[in-house]
Amino acid sequence: MTSTARRKSYGVKGAPYAFLLPATILFALFFALPIGYAIWLSFRKVQVSGLGLGSGARKEVWAGLENYTDALSDSELLNGALRVLGYGCIVVPVMLGLALLFALMLDSEKVRLAPFTRLAIFLPYAIPGVVAALLWGFLYLPDVSPFYFVLDKLGLPQPDLLDGGPLYLALSNIAVWGGTGFNMIVIYTSLQAIPAEVYEAAKLDGATPLQIALRIKIPMVAPSLVLTFFFSIIATLQVFNEPTTLKPLTNSVSTTWSPLMKVYRDAFGEGDIYAAAAQAVIIALATLVLSFGFLRAANRRNKQEAAR
Amino acid sequence: MSSLALRKAAPAAGTTPGTAQGPPLRRRIALVPTVALLLGALYCLLPVAWVVIASTKSGSELFSTFTFLPGTGFTENLSDLSAYRDGVYWQWMGNSALYAGLGALLSTAVSSVSGYALATYRFRGREAIFNVLLAGVLMPPVILAVPQYLLLAQANLTDSYLSVLLPQILSPYGVYLSRIYAAAAVPADVVEAARMDGANEWRIFTRIALPMMIPGLVTVFLFQFVAVWNNFLLPFIMLSDDEKFPITLGLYTLLEQGANTPALYTLLITGAFLAVLPLVALFLVVQRFWSLDLLSGAVKS
Repeated sequence: MTSTARRKSYGVKGAPYAFLLPATILFALFFALPIGYAIWLSFRKVQVSGLGLGSGARKEVWAGLENYTDALSDSELLNGALRVLGYGCIVVPVMLGLALLFALMLDSEKVRLAPFTRLAIFLPYAIPGVVAALLWGFLYLPDVSPFYFVLDKLGLPQPDLLDGGPLYLALSNIAVWGGTGFNMIVIYTSLQAIPAEVYEAAKLDGATPLQIALRIKIPMVAPSLVLTFFFSIIATLQVFNEPTTLKPLTNSVSTTWSPLMKVYRDAFGEGDIYAAAAQAVIIALATLVLSFGFLRAANRRNKQEAAR
Repeated sequence: MSSLALRKAAPAAGTTPGTAQGPPLRRRIALVPTVALLLGALYCLLPVAWVVIASTKSGSELFSTFTFLPGTGFTENLSDLSAYRDGVYWQWMGNSALYAGLGALLSTAVSSVSGYALATYRFRGREAIFNVLLAGVLMPPVILAVPQYLLLAQANLTDSYLSVLLPQILSPYGVYLSRIYAAAAVPADVVEAARMDGANEWRIFTRIALPMMIPGLVTVFLFQFVAVWNNFLLPFIMLSDDEKFPITLGLYTLLEQGANTPALYTLLITGAFLAVLPLVALFLVVQRFWSLDLLSGAVKS
């Protein structure tokens, strides 16, 4: 082998690492380092000596698991988690159910106006969560809402959508509205990837479109359903923008409505970054446990069905 | 039975009994999906239609006339909004365009070079690097944003344009999509042939692979553009100077002030309407030569 050839193969060997350098540096700086720092902070606390005046009076010391035990016994955090769990139990099934339904219908034969409806249902994806919450927030306000106008004309009772139980529905509706389109596209794409021959046999056997949808299409797009479910769980547990935006419109959304809002309040409102870090770590762990638990359960079921 | 149905059923007649019922049945079923999809479209368009109409109403019309009746105050609302605090609204719009445009461009550059490397080279640690980068998708923004703020504060970078721009350059999803597109669009023998001709690796990437990946990269750019434009949590945590706010944060502060002052409602509504326009326009324009399906990593061979 000549020396130039060796140098060239050296270049080929080094190239991928050089190409991946920017991503690696960014990952280290803006993903790995912050996570490590959050974990470190979660085991620290500030100790105040004397009156807390003068330099050296406030000292950062090791806290062990104190921040974690505090967070886990904090009823505000627990209540926030329960609220978000209830919210998620509405959002995820409704959003993905609608996404699957719309995707199947777009994929069915002889459906009219499919390009228009596909784009219209996808449109909310392009609208920021804050603006979506603002728009719906106004639609929930009796003074300006068309719903209340209609209810008023019909002489029907007008519920307060921004309080109590309806508040969950009001918030869920914003998330469903914003998320259905994107998930529909993901499911629809994998429906399109199914080769037409697969249906031919079923059609010859006289299967109805409904039977084809239930027996062939849904099982074949199961992997993308699992994936959309997985990401929806993660996104739902992180809910922050929508309740934060609705907060100025109603007194029913507290500053600690969702666990994330509580982290924000503790870190920046109360200035207790140590407690906030511990809570953030707990939320992240809970999210990963729930989402991966779901993924494992789904995979196990798939394997069982394949083995059958 | 109509002649149409007979004619349609004719080829199947004799082979499978009962197909004569097929066509009308299928036609009836196609009506259900069409109507359901139209209802879905109506649901998705309703708030948008509302904000378009509401933005045309003057302050008094907003509370007195029927919701879906256009008003007469659009130009007035527009000038009120532009006059609000010396046009800070347009500053927010410009900031959002800067964050999203520059951020998405840098993000696409990093994603393309990383995706290309992961797709075309075989090297030690390839899957490990890919998996670690992908794990970034799973990291809840909260566990990132708070320590990111504290770390950037130590570098004296909080409340700056960079504090919003830098953390959003690496997009794990963008790297993932770029890898898929590069694997599908850049044939290994083309790369090998260029290598034989003596082109160095960087030249092969910029001159040969990159042009082939463009359709996929448009998707990566759009995805990241939307992600940055719609982001609220990061600027909410990083920024305190409202001259640097993106539009999401600006509208939020406007809402905070305006929620109890109905006089500010028209500003908010007009502001929300204008904030929706750029992205909707972008998607409508791009739709002509780009497929939504690319967003989920679909690659046509």
